[in-house]
Amino acid sequence: MTSDDAQPDANETGLSAVRTYWVNETAGVLEICGATSTQRQRRIWRLAERFRFYPGVRDIVPGMNNLTVELDHAAPDLDNLLDALRTEWRTSNAVKFPPRRIDIPVHYGGPAGPDLDEVARHSGMSVDKVIRLHSAGQYTVYFLGFVPGFAYLGGMNKRLATPRRREPRLAVPAGSVAIGGEQTGVYPSVSPGGWQLIGQTSLQLFDLARDPAALLSPGDTVRFVNLGKNQ
Amino acid sequence: MDRLSLTIGNYLVGNAKEAAGIELCMPPARIRFDARCAFALTGAECSARLDNNPIGIGQRVLVEVGQTLDLSVASVGIRAYLCVSGGIDVPLVLRSRSTDLHAGMGGLDGRLIRRGDILNVAPSRESYGTTSAVPLPQPGHSIRIVPGPDMDDFTAESRELLFKGPWKVTIQSNRMGYRLEGPTLIRQDNGELKSHAVFAGTIQVPSSGAPIVLMADAPATGGYPRIAAVIAADQWRLAQVPPGASIHFEPSSRAAALLAFQEQHHYLERVQRSLRAH
Repeated sequence: MTSDDAQPDANETGLSAVRTYWVNETAGVLEICGATSTQRQRRIWRLAERFRFYPGVRDIVPGMNNLTVELDHAAPDLDNLLDALRTEWRTSNAVKFPPRRIDIPVHYGGPAGPDLDEVARHSGMSVDKVIRLHSAGQYTVYFLGFVPGFAYLGGMNKRLATPRRREPRLAVPAGSVAIGGEQTGVYPSVSPGGWQLIGQTSLQLFDLARDPAALLSPGDTVRFVNLGKNQ
Repeated sequence: MDRLSLTIGNYLVGNAKEAAGIELCMPPARIRFDARCAFALTGAECSARLDNNPIGIGQRVLVEVGQTLDLSVASVGIRAYLCVSGGIDVPLVLRSRSTDLHAGMGGLDGRLIRRGDILNVAPSRESYGTTSAVPLPQPGHSIRIVPGPDMDDFTAESRELLFKGPWKVTIQSNRMGYRLEGPTLIRQDNGELKSHAVFAGTIQVPSSGAPIVLMADAPATGGYPRIAAVIAADQWRLAQVPPGASIHFEPSSRAAALLAFQEQHHYLERVQRSLRAH
């Protein structure tokens, strides 16, 4: 990420209320109150960048509208962390960088997308329309979590929103492209999961032979490319 | 899970605390040594025999080629740690030698150790001080917690009940989290939280009202309300509580939690100093 900022965005400086708090004795959180937006996430990523060299930092975790910084028990400025979060927040603004674009090729439907019909039924659209809308969208990686390489994507067309399955599957195959509520994502490895499976990609979302191992990073722009429907 | 015991074990055999050891959850277990080395058992109290000679926990034992170590069922605690001089030789994955069973990486091919597996031991320096045993910390079922950011969303009664308990560790508990059974905790606010970082020790309360304490294999992020967090100095204690047993939560302040960790750190420094070769 390049970090030369232009003018801070007027809507995003000073005006948005934030709160800071401890989640345990060594990890502090800065949370922006109110709605989520890509712009706000950009400021979160910038804040994350600023803490990378904070003395005694163990972990920096961007969340949805929030950032958690975990320090070592021996960190020298342990008691000043919340103040530092507020100060850095006040003087920071959104990361401005050309987003990395990543295309994820998807085979929709078929055995690897058993819930495609369910999503179509729930949204009152044809299967083809569901595929068209899903692959037409432009998505932003908000943050990573759940299992290694799993990206929370913002930007799905709300018409595609489908509730999670009542009974989660015990083993969702790796590469499954899925919809859960208003979110969409790709399962990087075999894991239990309650999202509706609509297709599959052959891309490896998490690969230890790669550095970084996770294909997607916060701020990336993602598109799903329709490789056609599986029969 | 019980990092403290793993560290003590590593120090006993002259390793750095990052060396890989074996966590034996709910022994019995039998291990044959095909190489000369030193080992130490820490963590759960279980009677152990090396070729039928009783071995105590918390001490360094020299072993010859072909000897067999037998661990019986634990009487106190559930996780025994076997550390060997040099450490278990598994590759560094993402700067760690530990096993992530969920993602299937690290340790021995990202999986549990099975009967018949052969584990290699990394080279060690083979010189030890005269001291070969150390005093071990006391386990217990009283766990100190600091308030979490969402504690005030719970009813005053629920906040009291959290400390009243008792909380039974259910059998639906694993390395990711301990599901607790006890009074129902009621949250006044039923709004959904935005996804945030969670840690080992975070106590989440889903809408069922039954808390979950996240353990060593906690996910990176979560979304349930965080009523409290187990202080770092007591996480090893919780890791040794068997399913079916009950625990109590004791209130702690952030300052007290930091102090408790510092005391534990000083204890480990004393252990390390006492074992140093002269």
